[in-house]
Amino acid sequence: MNSKKDTFGSRGSISIWISALIPLLAIALLITLFLLGDPLALFSNSLPPIEELTFERIRITDDGFEATLINGGPDPVTISQVLVDEAYWKFEIIPSGSISRLGRATLFIPYPWVEYEAHEIVVITPSGATFSEEVPLSTPSPSFGWREFAAYGLIGVYVGVVPVVLGMLWYPAMKAIDRKWLGAILALTVGLLVFLLIDTLLEAFEIAAELPGFFQGIPLTLFVALLTWLGLLALGERQRAGKRSSGTNPGLYLASMIALGIGLHNLGEGLAIGAAFASGEASLGSFLVIGFMLHNLTEGIGIAAPLLPGSRPDAQKHRRVGLSTFAWLALLAGAPAIIGAWFGGFAFSPIFATIFLGIGLGAIWQVIVEVFNLLRDYADHEDTPLFSVLNVIGFSVGILIMYLTAFLVKF
Amino acid sequence: MDNRNTRRQRFSRRDFLRTLLTGGVAFTGIAASETVFGTKRNFNNRQPAPKEHGESHSNFGTVGEVDYQANGFDPHEMLYDWDYGEISTLPTGQTLREYQIVAVDKEIEIAPGVYFPGWMYNGRIPGPSLRCTEGDRIRIEFVNASAHPHTIHFHGIHAASMDGVPGVGAGEIGTGESTVYEFDAAPFGCHLYHCHATPLKRHIHKGLYGAFIVDPDPKKYQGQKREVAKTRNHAYQENEQYNEMLMVMNGFDTNFDGGNEVYAVNSIAFGYMKKPIQIRANQKQRIYLINITEFDPINSIHIHANFFDYYDHGTTLEPTLKIVDTIMQCQAQRGIVEFSFEGFEPGKYMFHAHQSEFAELGWMGFFEVVDG
Repeated sequence: MNSKKDTFGSRGSISIWISALIPLLAIALLITLFLLGDPLALFSNSLPPIEELTFERIRITDDGFEATLINGGPDPVTISQVLVDEAYWKFEIIPSGSISRLGRATLFIPYPWVEYEAHEIVVITPSGATFSEEVPLSTPSPSFGWREFAAYGLIGVYVGVVPVVLGMLWYPAMKAIDRKWLGAILALTVGLLVFLLIDTLLEAFEIAAELPGFFQGIPLTLFVALLTWLGLLALGERQRAGKRSSGTNPGLYLASMIALGIGLHNLGEGLAIGAAFASGEASLGSFLVIGFMLHNLTEGIGIAAPLLPGSRPDAQKHRRVGLSTFAWLALLAGAPAIIGAWFGGFAFSPIFATIFLGIGLGAIWQVIVEVFNLLRDYADHEDTPLFSVLNVIGFSVGILIMYLTAFLVKF
Repeated sequence: MDNRNTRRQRFSRRDFLRTLLTGGVAFTGIAASETVFGTKRNFNNRQPAPKEHGESHSNFGTVGEVDYQANGFDPHEMLYDWDYGEISTLPTGQTLREYQIVAVDKEIEIAPGVYFPGWMYNGRIPGPSLRCTEGDRIRIEFVNASAHPHTIHFHGIHAASMDGVPGVGAGEIGTGESTVYEFDAAPFGCHLYHCHATPLKRHIHKGLYGAFIVDPDPKKYQGQKREVAKTRNHAYQENEQYNEMLMVMNGFDTNFDGGNEVYAVNSIAFGYMKKPIQIRANQKQRIYLINITEFDPINSIHIHANFFDYYDHGTTLEPTLKIVDTIMQCQAQRGIVEFSFEGFEPGKYMFHAHQSEFAELGWMGFFEVVDG
């Protein structure tokens, strides 16, 4: 009986495999026939090849420019000549020869660039098509050294960790405040998170738009965000299921989630700042860093808000939150800015930036949902309307603070 | 005791935090500012130029070589390649020069590895350099083997029906069709011909143009003018004391954005820079210079370390400009440049458009002056 079942079962799985392979074999056969027959010869008679090159990064060295190119087109592309500022210039390309589809190559152009001035690099392919990229402000790109490493790391500390820590210092004041203000503080948190969501989305789209077409930058951003959100939802369910038995602090869990979301957003900011410093675009220098510090100050409030006693009606009793917890939260929210600054400064890659910003988007969205739920629970518990004047004002203040402090960093 | 201990501990933690936030951050902040913003702040300290970037001169120009054989023409041969036509004498005694010009579509390499899908006369850009004497009868059989309709419009004196413009006379000549343009060569000078089919801009910048040089007939002039005319007429021995070169200033818009990616004389970017034009110090030099550059209002020539006389349109026997080292021409303007490197130290003397942009995009070359 048993053995009969087994034979039947294995025979069944073989036939499933075969039937699953049939469409694949059929399409392989059809593709072969299509390529052999070349039915499109009529259309592609003497068409020039489609060429698509994207400048990924231009490094400026004492000797000139190092430009990394990606071939995003369907055909290999050869670089025949290079122009800098409308003048033919000598160059070396590594690897030599043509750049294969989805391949990369780096151009080394010895050029006497002028400090603090703009230059334009144009490459010409055999068909005479041109692809260009501007160096908006020439200044040597950071080379990888301990001094530079420390300096860029410090920018990250300033932009990420410092403001979050400073923002958290409001925690005692927030704790002392009257209960009726709690809702407003949570609403303020939602407001600033909504601002960060929009900000991250636009930043992601901007970088995604520069990616070669085959990466499908904008869908990539959105799908990464969607998957991140789903992942966090699943994680949240597990957390909720386990919380009763393990007795973890739900407020702390939410604070960690907010810190993570903000951290991923700060990673994006770090990337942008690092890249800006590296490319010399950050002509405002220290002003930009100070701007980001003020801008990110509010993030500390957002992280600390769910830790407030009474913010969570279902919490059996409030647990003390230790300094180490705050330190860990600040690190979670702020440290990614350091990593971002390093990547932005030394190895900016639009594709990784897009993915990280997509993750940030999903995380922030999930955090908004969670804080909003918390706010609703709080409102139910306190028997106050969800959209009370106080809450709406809190939300508006959150957005307004972020918007106004962004004046310091957007230009 | 326990309580105090924790409190003290917490205090010390706060102290640590405070130190970190005030002193530590301020200190490290200064270090960071110096490293990252240092270059920006020292604006007044900026050096006149970034360090010497090696031999920057040798880094300028195109990389590689153009395959002249594949192109079917060599810019160095083109300098001296005059087409006198099939010569015969009409019953009236007038000299008849017959030419056949075929318009074709062909891809040519205009800079190393950069190919341009050109339209051209007789497989070359510029087309054949037609040369004759004033008063000659010119008969041109024009065959259009290109995929587009074309014409030949001559700058010269002729009847309306021979003007080679759409809608007049034979008008545009379709693919596979042909026509005959016939007229008497006049006036003498340095002229050109080009396609006048519409859209004109595209037909010209694609490469449908060439030189039409009409030499003066010395028999028509007296005294000094006759002597000058003899030096200008290819049939006279006096002409041999001159090294005569044809230079057509042109440009190529390889990406069709309405601006040229390559500028040159006789089509090849830096063609005379990679291999200089050899000239003898004791020989007089004459350039038939024509500007057919599309998209830019003017083009120019500047010869280094020397001065020249200029005959605008070449229609006079007296220079129209004397002792200049730079002249400019609008599109279809042309003229004769005369100079000599007699008594000069042998070496490479540069010549180029004095629009730096054109020069660096290919319109730049050398005369290599040699003794004897």
